[in-house]
Amino acid sequence: MTTETLAPFDPLADAIAAVDGWPEAVEPVRALAALPEPEPAASVATRDILIIDYSGDLEKVWATMILASTSAAMGVRTRVFVTFWGLQVFVKDSKRITGENWMQKMMSAMQRPGISHRKLSKMNFFGMGPWMMGRLAKQYGVASPKELLEAAQMLGVEFIPCQMTMDMFGLKPEDMIEGMGEPAGAATVIGLLIENSTPLFI
Amino acid sequence: MAVLEITQQIDARGLSCPMPIVKTAQAVKVLPSGAAIEVLATDAGSVKDMAAWCRTTGHTLVDQTSDGAVYRFVIVLK
Repeated sequence: MTTETLAPFDPLADAIAAVDGWPEAVEPVRALAALPEPEPAASVATRDILIIDYSGDLEKVWATMILASTSAAMGVRTRVFVTFWGLQVFVKDSKRITGENWMQKMMSAMQRPGISHRKLSKMNFFGMGPWMMGRLAKQYGVASPKELLEAAQMLGVEFIPCQMTMDMFGLKPEDMIEGMGEPAGAATVIGLLIENSTPLFI
Repeated sequence: MAVLEITQQIDARGLSCPMPIVKTAQAVKVLPSGAAIEVLATDAGSVKDMAAWCRTTGHTLVDQTSDGAVYRFVIVLK
């Protein structure tokens, strides 16, 4: 009868080895230490920015305008796809009632369109919140969403309206502010995302 | 080192983020490569923002001073 020496019984070590392979202790440490500092002089290879502006809330519109104008200021090609509540922001401030049928008209009556008539998602208090926000912004030299929109347009930000939302809310091209891009759809957004755009959904 | 001739001064004092960057970007659009600009700002965030803007756009931040209230940046355009 032959006897064999039993292998040491260590199921935990076997399980780790089965998943990861045995870790090599030296290499990763050396690789970490050798991580190069980012080179300050080399210019950054930039990707395009695509902001999807879904919300019509004052604070989110503000964020959209700040990021869009800054990204264009940094020389990055910037597009903003405006859809659903976000589309109401780009209706002319002077428009009061938009739409063709009574439901579309009632929707615009309940929430006045235009960038100067945005409501806060919190602490709106029948317009008291946005009014105070506007006062504070002026006091601290913060540009209003409207000023930022004008700056963004001057710096070449493209605002692309969503065709489906325009149809559903009964919005016509003449209802929208000057300088809007051609209406487009979801496939345009996905196309841009898989090509070369960094997405931001606001 | 030769004394830099400032082509244009951009006064962004009293303006909050992101207007110092936005105003600067608007101003440099019409300026030629190699021109030097001076930006004045009171926004404390502009110290980091100007550096980031220069890094992304490729312009060179050659001087940066502050008297405690006003930040002054000198940038040579790419």
